[in-house]
Amino acid sequence: MPVNPAVQGRVFPPVAPYLVGREKVREFARAVRSENPLHHDPAAASAAGYPDVVAPPTFPMVVQEAVIAQLLAEPDAGIDFSRVVHGDQRFAYSRPIVAGDELTATLTVPSIKTLGGNAMVTAESSVVDADGAHVVTVTTTLVVRGDA
Amino acid sequence: MTGPRFDDLATGDEVARAEFALTRDSLVRYAGASGDFNPIHYRDDVAADVGLPGVLAHGMLTMGVAVQPVVDWLGTAGAVRDYEVRFTRPVVVDATDGATVSVSAVVGALDAEARTARVDLAVTAGGTSVLGKARVTVVLDR
Repeated sequence: MPVNPAVQGRVFPPVAPYLVGREKVREFARAVRSENPLHHDPAAASAAGYPDVVAPPTFPMVVQEAVIAQLLAEPDAGIDFSRVVHGDQRFAYSRPIVAGDELTATLTVPSIKTLGGNAMVTAESSVVDADGAHVVTVTTTLVVRGDA
Repeated sequence: MTGPRFDDLATGDEVARAEFALTRDSLVRYAGASGDFNPIHYRDDVAADVGLPGVLAHGMLTMGVAVQPVVDWLGTAGAVRDYEVRFTRPVVVDATDGATVSVSAVVGALDAEARTARVDLAVTAGGTSVLGKARVTVVLDR
């Protein structure tokens, strides 16, 4: 089944809120090879004006995994995971993520383009905090390879 | 406050440079931390079955490590406002020898009104560029 262009413009229900834990921030920071004290030491983060340790810039992928899973599981989307390649990735922040944030992501699909047998699917998550204030928009472009 | 001042920056300045040795352990660690358990990032047989040249680093691991030298340079003098990349070539991580990802971060543009700097990343593995349009926009406090 090819990618269904009618999914373009679809807005999905918000995924369950994600509570950012201090140890998760530290674990993620270690995984991206960072020893930066802002990611590990609450006192250093506090001295810099943050309420707790600051998440690395690509941390929202922890939330985005559930969002992409939601897109792949959409019955009529026609996205075959075994044919998916990550094309582009962007994070546009209103403020850094810190431990203690409760984040809620809402997926939209602003664009589906077909290019030479491949489909380019753009998945955009707007991530807000517990007050509903915007934190970051996470934009993932998936390239779905065609049969050829 | 530690880190750069906006007025000290000039287009073309290299602000950070780093190398990261990635091993299969790095990939497993990133899989666990991120929740991306696609087996092409740890199983040679699955990678071969889908026609890949070998087990690949998660694109998001490469993107994740590449920005950290900029975060370290920034210190407490500002924050990352925007970060985008295009995944142009995969990073094959050999079971024995791993792979080395090299990063050079250069000021690409300055916006005096917004007090933002666009830092362009050149990211290579084995001498080949692996990320395109890799740009970090940082906002500086002073």
